[in-house]
Amino acid sequence: MFSIKNLVLFIATMSVFSLAQAGWMDLNMTQGVTDISHEVFNLHMLILWVCVVIGVLVFGAMFWSILMHRKSRGVIPATFHESTSLEFLWTIVPFVILIGMAIPATKTLIKMYDHSDSEIHIKITGYQWLWQYEYLNTDVSFYSKLSTPYNEIYNKKEKNINYLQQVDKHLIVPVNTKIRFLLTSNDVLHAWWVPDLALKKDAIPGYINEMSVVINKPGIYRGRCAELCGRHHGFMPIVIEAVEEKEYEEWLAASKVKMSGVAKINK
Amino acid sequence: MSTVVKDTHHDEHPSGIMRWITTTNHKDIGTLYLWFAMIMFFIGGLMALVIRSELFQPGLQFVDPQFFNSMTTMHALVMIFGVVMPAFTGLANWMIPIMVGGPDMALPRMNNWSFWIMPFAFSMLLSTLWMDGGAPAGGWTLYPPLSLQTGDAFPFLIFAIHFMGLSSIMGAINIVATILNMRAPGMSLMKMPLFVWTWLITAFLLIAVMPVLAGGVTMLLTDKFFGTSFFNAAGGGDPVMFQHIFWFFGHPEVYILILPSFGVVSAIIPTFARKPLFGYSSMVYATASIAFLSFIVWAHHMFTVGMPLAGEVFFMFATMLIAVPTGVKVFNWVTTMWKGSMTFETPMLFAIGFIIMFTIGGFSGLMLAITPADFQYHDTYFVVAHFHYVLVPGSIFAIMAACYYWLPKWTGNMYPETLGKTHFWLSTFFVNLTFFPMHFVGLAGMPRRIPDYSLQFADYNMIASVGAFGFGFAQLIFLYLIIKTIKGGKKATDEVWEGAEGLEWTLSSPPPYHSFSTPPVIK
Repeated sequence: MFSIKNLVLFIATMSVFSLAQAGWMDLNMTQGVTDISHEVFNLHMLILWVCVVIGVLVFGAMFWSILMHRKSRGVIPATFHESTSLEFLWTIVPFVILIGMAIPATKTLIKMYDHSDSEIHIKITGYQWLWQYEYLNTDVSFYSKLSTPYNEIYNKKEKNINYLQQVDKHLIVPVNTKIRFLLTSNDVLHAWWVPDLALKKDAIPGYINEMSVVINKPGIYRGRCAELCGRHHGFMPIVIEAVEEKEYEEWLAASKVKMSGVAKINK
Repeated sequence: MSTVVKDTHHDEHPSGIMRWITTTNHKDIGTLYLWFAMIMFFIGGLMALVIRSELFQPGLQFVDPQFFNSMTTMHALVMIFGVVMPAFTGLANWMIPIMVGGPDMALPRMNNWSFWIMPFAFSMLLSTLWMDGGAPAGGWTLYPPLSLQTGDAFPFLIFAIHFMGLSSIMGAINIVATILNMRAPGMSLMKMPLFVWTWLITAFLLIAVMPVLAGGVTMLLTDKFFGTSFFNAAGGGDPVMFQHIFWFFGHPEVYILILPSFGVVSAIIPTFARKPLFGYSSMVYATASIAFLSFIVWAHHMFTVGMPLAGEVFFMFATMLIAVPTGVKVFNWVTTMWKGSMTFETPMLFAIGFIIMFTIGGFSGLMLAITPADFQYHDTYFVVAHFHYVLVPGSIFAIMAACYYWLPKWTGNMYPETLGKTHFWLSTFFVNLTFFPMHFVGLAGMPRRIPDYSLQFADYNMIASVGAFGFGFAQLIFLYLIIKTIKGGKKATDEVWEGAEGLEWTLSSPPPYHSFSTPPVIK
């Protein structure tokens, strides 16, 4: 009886896990494309498994008790109601586990706060409801806003695959280069978030926030505004395109020419 | 244990509506609070269903994004200030004088006032739905500068919050005064039921933080109308300061919403396990530790505002520490059940459901404490899943457990057990169907407070919406069951539950209008 129940429980638990494993990518946090984003993903998985193990133990004991210690089975209730050593034990053990979690988390956090040796500096300004990107020390600067047509939002046309995560102008950056973002806002709070880069920070009027990243893989990465900023909060996505260094230099040179032309006209 | 003297001439009171308006009786006021919470629960629930309807599919179908933002804002304000807080105050009013062996609350007239402020506060808040510029849409956290873009509704919002705060502070003072002064001889502090203990600590939290919120929103008011620049960067102010003030209130507030639940569950589990609560004194100390820690973790709501590294690290460590006393509580409950002789009437089902699902919410809370990972979780549906797990199958389930547990005592009638169990199983199924998928869309990258989303989030949002409607309709059973039980049913005995301990079970069901005119003898 005892072993069969355990076996059933074991199989049920394992099948849940394997099921979860199968569709993992759709359900889980992205691993991202930077060293730090991998570390963040690993921290996430570590704490998740710690929680799962504790959960299995605690809920296991509880369900065992629910199954076995019921009045309908004629159980006479025990009368014990305190134990200092038990209380001590289940204060100390979680504490030790927490220290085990805090150490790697702090290490990663310290890396995330290191913005030294950045080669490219880009200022991001949040507006209701678009983003402005300025490549500091160059003339290159532009706005980037949602390009999903209204017909799609109001269900008059079929939605394209990048519905609500496409913009008119991508933020172009090089791979394998440390990029520092300076973040502020022109009106209300916004937050600039690209999950694949594990970057999220609030854009706050009057503040300049800092974050930095080294992208390992070329590609297009999509993100969103993550701080409620009014009516179109859901409609100011971020698209960042990481390209090879050479391609980036060419793009920057071409953009400089274009921008200086704009500047002349404005004069 | 005690003799109940029916002192009938004290039972005289006006009848009809005047009874309820002029009442100073703790049971009447408790009932008023609970019914008020019930009405607000359905109003707030309707708002949730507007949200879930719009999110059923990608695209804008039913409401304007601005109205959608109003719904998320108002849903939160109504559920927090209009449902969970009044429901717990109602339970406190009903049970605390009885549990400590007193005749009534210490300050009965103030008790009347603190309830009757609430309908006015909420009429004012809900009236903003029909104002120019719409109801507040800047989120219940009222972060400036966005909240300062609110239209005509703004001063109504601020004064409604002031009124709610007044009501809470008066209620809290009354509870502290009652617990410290109205205990029967021999009822020492460490003999009090845990529900009384958790409420005592909650009341101190309320007195400590509601004025902080009042101060914060008053500064918003003067920023908007009187030209100050507390939070206006262009005038030399600081928008982040509001967040610090708000969360210095807001984090203790979330424990205000959960500590009384701990008390309820600590009453119910021993009753149906027929075994005394394990580790009574460590439960008291754990509650006090949680209350203390709640004051030094507020900035974990603000990990992304760009605090210095030392600040992030401190708030991460302090937040993780909360897992220790919370864990102690869960371990104690499980050990109370261990080797008991359990039966599973509806209150026990809700209490067990509470422990499991609150713990799931606790786990996601622990994950959120890890600052680097929080950068990915922050302001996504993962957070929405987290706090709904601790608030819905957490606080709300505890309130329902308490209602089932004490309803026979309050009304003198047993509720229909099968219907109660049906309510539990439907609620549990649908609450998980609603909120569990939110973990996944959050991790996949869906921000909170958006009326429309990209296509990869569609499946789980549809499931969550189905769950929300199921959960909403399941609550009609609860309403029906309560009305039915009030009207009649099998007569309840004085003890009601076989394993129940405590002074409330020594009184008749329903109890006399004034609980203990002669103090009971405490062993």
